[in-house]
Amino acid sequence: MLRLRSVSRVHGQGAAEVHALRTVDLAVHPGEFVAVMGPSGSGKSTLLTLAGGLDSASSGQVLVEGQELGALSRKALAAVRRRAIGYVFQDFNLIPALTAAENVSLPRELDGLSGRKARKEAVAALTEIGIADLADRFPDEMSGGQQQRVAIARALIGDRRLVLADEPTGALDSATGESVLAVLRGRCDAGAAAVMVTHEARHAAWADRVVFLRDGRLVDESAPLAAETLLTGITGGHGGAGDGTGTL
Amino acid sequence: MSIRHGLLALLEEGPRYGYQLKSEFESRTGSTWPLNVGQVYTTLGRLERDGLVRPDGEDPEGHVFYAVTDQGREELRVWFGSPVRRDNPPRDELAIKLAMAVTVPGVDVAAVAQRQRAHTIRALQDYTRLKARALAAEEGAAATDLDTESHDLAWLLVLDQLIFQAEAEVRWLDHCETRLVRHAERAAERAAARAADRPTRSPLTDPAATKKGARR
Repeated sequence: MLRLRSVSRVHGQGAAEVHALRTVDLAVHPGEFVAVMGPSGSGKSTLLTLAGGLDSASSGQVLVEGQELGALSRKALAAVRRRAIGYVFQDFNLIPALTAAENVSLPRELDGLSGRKARKEAVAALTEIGIADLADRFPDEMSGGQQQRVAIARALIGDRRLVLADEPTGALDSATGESVLAVLRGRCDAGAAAVMVTHEARHAAWADRVVFLRDGRLVDESAPLAAETLLTGITGGHGGAGDGTGTL
Repeated sequence: MSIRHGLLALLEEGPRYGYQLKSEFESRTGSTWPLNVGQVYTTLGRLERDGLVRPDGEDPEGHVFYAVTDQGREELRVWFGSPVRRDNPPRDELAIKLAMAVTVPGVDVAAVAQRQRAHTIRALQDYTRLKARALAAEEGAAATDLDTESHDLAWLLVLDQLIFQAEAEVRWLDHCETRLVRHAERAAERAAARAADRPTRSPLTDPAATKKGARR
């Protein structure tokens, strides 16, 4: 579904050079929910924008459903971005002038479906996650948790099978956030794939896999460390702040 | 851990015999803290000695029922009314391990923290899976079965506690790591400052003090 092969992203040049990501490898399969954790500035958001084709890698490859994003024309990239990937943001990003059903059907109308067909799919998608009764409400008539569920339905409408979620529970209280995660979890159990950036371990724990970014490098939390790394001394094995950029 | 008060609370709902108490205690806490029947009977014996419960007849199978006394109810009221003491923290193996790791030479503290975090996150995932299941069960449960519903709620609260505690541990480990990095940076700065100081103190006797070092 999504594959990052040795992806690096460097911002700036020379002394101002910042390595946002360093040779990151990541594969996300259908039905899999992956959480990306890490302190601020660790490269979480960069990873998500690269996966979504909103930014391009300095080196390495990003593949979405087998297509290498870097090799696509601008037009083809836009098509992949719009047809294969759904986005969920911290602040929901629903269009305020449209109802829940209209928000969800919009991507399908852009896909070329008739208004009636698109609405039918939208209502089905809302039903699937238990909020069919909200179909005709406007965003400002819904709670944050309800809006976020609508956003998840919108992200996965049609053939879209990959959701990229950036702190989707960031604006929600903990019980509401949990119900949104349960919906995301349910969508993955039904075959979708999700990559979620979060800084809360409690939320990341809903995922099948929790990976950790630090200094632009990916550490898989589910892979235990080798025993010998425990006794290499603190200045030796660990990355540390000065690593790579070489400045102190 | 107050098995005493847990049993008193269960008896407040009506007389029960030992095995019933064991299974009800476990159903509310999701077998997180399993009790053996022996423990239950020992505790009942002590509660009886202290006048908090009394035997309350037997059923045809010979199960001895216990009921809470007025004094027991008062004890329970005081328990619910007072906070659980936190001023005498139980020994925490992880805190002790990290405290030792920073002082024992040759231990990679960051690796110790990282390994623990991986483990705790896996535990967090397990608890969350249990919770997802419990939430689904809660939604699917018939609204008529109030008893099951309140037991599910009790179990959910216990799970939440385990989850929040594991999360707190992960956050603490993150914090430790940041602190270690800062500490290492400061130590490096101090070492660099000392190295830079050396030539200025005795520029003439230090053979390493070449053009650069003697500048000041």
